[in-house]
Amino acid sequence: MFDIERWQEIFDAIRKNKLRTILTGVSVASGIFILVVLLAFGQGMQNGIAKEFEADASNRIGVWTQVTTQEYMGLNPGRPIQLRNNNYQAINSKFGEDLENRSPFFRVRNVTVDYNTESGSYSVQGVSPLFQNIENQFISEGRYLNYGDEENVAKVVVISNKIKRELLKGEENPIGAFLKLSGINFQIIGVYGDKGGDREEDRLFIPISTAQRVFNGSDNLNMLFYTLKPSASLDETVAKSVKLTEDIKTYLKEAHMVAPTDPSAVNTFNTLEAVKRFQNLTGGIKFFFWFVGICTIVAGVVGVSNIMMIIVKERTREIGVRKALGARPRAIVGMILHEAIFVTSVAGLAGLIFSMGLLEFVGPNLQIDYVLNPSINFKVALSTVCLLIIAGALAGFFPAWRAATIRPIEALRDE
Amino acid sequence: MIEIKDLHKSYKMGSNSLHVLKGINFSVEEGELVAIMGSSGSGKSTLLNILGMLDVLDEGSYTLDGVPIKDLNETKAAQYRNKFLGFVFQSFNLINYKSAMENVALPLYYQKVGRKERQEKALKYLEQVGLREWADHLPSELSGGQKQRVAIARAMAAEPKVLLADEPTGALDSTTSYEVMDLIQKINDAGNTILIVTHEPDIADMCKRIVHLKDGVIVEDKKITQVRASQYV
Repeated sequence: MFDIERWQEIFDAIRKNKLRTILTGVSVASGIFILVVLLAFGQGMQNGIAKEFEADASNRIGVWTQVTTQEYMGLNPGRPIQLRNNNYQAINSKFGEDLENRSPFFRVRNVTVDYNTESGSYSVQGVSPLFQNIENQFISEGRYLNYGDEENVAKVVVISNKIKRELLKGEENPIGAFLKLSGINFQIIGVYGDKGGDREEDRLFIPISTAQRVFNGSDNLNMLFYTLKPSASLDETVAKSVKLTEDIKTYLKEAHMVAPTDPSAVNTFNTLEAVKRFQNLTGGIKFFFWFVGICTIVAGVVGVSNIMMIIVKERTREIGVRKALGARPRAIVGMILHEAIFVTSVAGLAGLIFSMGLLEFVGPNLQIDYVLNPSINFKVALSTVCLLIIAGALAGFFPAWRAATIRPIEALRDE
Repeated sequence: MIEIKDLHKSYKMGSNSLHVLKGINFSVEEGELVAIMGSSGSGKSTLLNILGMLDVLDEGSYTLDGVPIKDLNETKAAQYRNKFLGFVFQSFNLINYKSAMENVALPLYYQKVGRKERQEKALKYLEQVGLREWADHLPSELSGGQKQRVAIARAMAAEPKVLLADEPTGALDSTTSYEVMDLIQKINDAGNTILIVTHEPDIADMCKRIVHLKDGVIVEDKKITQVRASQYV
């Protein structure tokens, strides 16, 4: 296919029809440029929003149980399922390497809490030290629970800033003071705050072991909490989280002889819901940018086709002359397509390289909210260039073929 | 060289058809210089276009250099045009973005002659029409007479059996016309067969034979004594 004579002929034509070449080239190059920048910005916006969400979205998983609703292995429906310490430990040993934070959870509601003459009713929750991370709590004074407290079944309590305000009015330093929880003395070791605000601060935390013993909990647990080690990308984390949740469910159903299809005996939540909503949002953004992008391509295809048709029209007389001089139809079509493909390819690649270069240079330095590191899949960009080239070639082919096959006398008559 | 028998040609104009050529019998020997004359609408250009395979005949037969010309597809016609025929048009039909030399070299490109040889040959033919030093000029930088001489050089470059000229002097003033006719006569003197369509009697008188067309039939076909154009130049 490499015909040096034809290349020379085409370069002659290109050199001597600079305006035509430049117009074709610019329209192709700018189409590609716009598309690449557009798609890259879509990607950048997605990245930016993903980042905003990742900062908040703790990948939290919670597990709790209710009564069974299905008969299974001879057991009646309506049987209550109780989480126990050994379930928590089994999950730790089974899935420990995927977990970042973990905590069992034993809750006693409406516990009367007394400090001197002040009294209030709060929820007392037995947890492990890592619960602080799961709930995104910060320490204002003193310290949080530690494993020593848990091992020693220490009667220590972490109170909230809100409780400090309500119960320990005017107390300068509450650390070391004693609270009565249901009449039992607990020493205050710390004051926590919660980013969730007051609503989240109606709780006192004591070691899980202490909670179970003091409030007659045996080895019962109300809930299990976990967070996942984050993976490289959000999608991976989400996928992992879904899988882990299912695995935990499966394990608990087996351990408690619950029908695998039981919809409500073992329940889980994870922040997947939020993640899903976020994914819908980014999906929407992605769709929008692709839609605009495809419209741009269509406009580009129409533009290139238009130019090709005009070029062929403009050259009809020349085609007639060439035919009178002995050019075969194939030579004519070949010449026009060769030129069209060459010009659109070079221009398309130029637009591609220019826009990619711009993204490479400007992208990482961009300081706009919700836009982070705009980039584009190189394959997508390249196939767009190919699409434009093919469209241009097709659009040029039909008029060129027509012009090449009509009798030269008609082509020569064309003004 | 050219043998035409009972040639008919009509054009469709909407619902009616226009019968342009109504049975032409006509032959040309090698080395002739023939003027085809007639008023406009007489069918002279149509005849030339058919001879040049730029148009197809409806009825009759056409033999060029012993080869029957019929049922041509465009590829075959292109081959024959390239091999047998050189064209000179009233409106020159030079390719406007190509220099004089490149225009002359173009038919050689379609004969698959190498670039270097093309250029040498093109320069040789430009030399013959006296435009060697204008080789690098674009058609827009040439006068009408010069353009037509370039066109003649282009037609000759392919070394055709027959040179067909459709009103070659139609767009030129009389002095320039005589220069072009002088050139054509010289080419004919070298042994080339040439057909010229014209409606100017003085141009026709510079040929060796005049064929008169009227309403699609030949009304007169006579050999004449050639008037040399060089005496007017």
